[in-house]
Amino acid sequence: MKKLAFIAFVVFFFFLFYSAYEIRDFGNPPSNVKETFPDAKYKVTMDDRIIGKYNTTTGEWEYGAVEETGANNVVTSVVFDYRGYDTLGEATVLFTAIAGIMLLFGREKK
Amino acid sequence: MKNEEMNEGKMTVIVQTIAALLFPLALIFSFYVIMHGHLTPGGGFQGGAIGASAVVLLIVAYGVKHVEEKMSEGGFSVFESLGGLIFVVVAIFGLFLATSFLANFLVNEPIFGKIPGWGESPLNSGGILPILNIAVGMKVIGGLSAVVLILALISREGEEK
Repeated sequence: MKKLAFIAFVVFFFFLFYSAYEIRDFGNPPSNVKETFPDAKYKVTMDDRIIGKYNTTTGEWEYGAVEETGANNVVTSVVFDYRGYDTLGEATVLFTAIAGIMLLFGREKK
Repeated sequence: MKNEEMNEGKMTVIVQTIAALLFPLALIFSFYVIMHGHLTPGGGFQGGAIGASAVVLLIVAYGVKHVEEKMSEGGFSVFESLGGLIFVVVAIFGLFLATSFLANFLVNEPIFGKIPGWGESPLNSGGILPILNIAVGMKVIGGLSAVVLILALISREGEEK
């Protein structure tokens, strides 16, 4: 069992190390995007292919998340812009939980 | 000596010194994660959790009685409500200045409106996303810290009785 845990640790460690080695630079798109779409105007990420629309005649990404929200991180633009209501609901859940705890355990100021 | 310290809910001087050194670093990292929420992985929730963990570090190392003199759960609760208020007010501004509730009305404006080009990550991009990130960060820092502080106080008072 200890041997198995050690092997799992080594495999996981090398997986993480490889991921950190292969990660792209801060703010840079994946390296193969520029060859695939040489005329793209904005930074194209994998998420932009889901959210954005690739115009085949002009060779540009239209209505991409980067162009619409101005955010580099497309996940954040989904969480706070496209699904902003969801985030507002999450914040409300947090607020309700804390209001309940303050009601239950709150003390009167001396 | 050691038993007295344990009874007061404190830890040793070594742990206290390390906690005092790590507290500002954790706060700075928390603000970094919140401010770069629209550029790098992370955001308001994650950065707020880091900031709340800094407060938890102080409570664990110094004891809840000592921490309670410096910060109160009422203040944290006000901070949290302020974050929620900023979120809703910015969202309603989107309703009046642009098309809909939560509309991103700051894109292409001079402040926070830059659209990043190839390989750029400017901090003043993202429209209302940085403001909403800061609001959610305030909410999470205040909320989690208030909960941890008040639960620690309750369990401390229960032990004393």
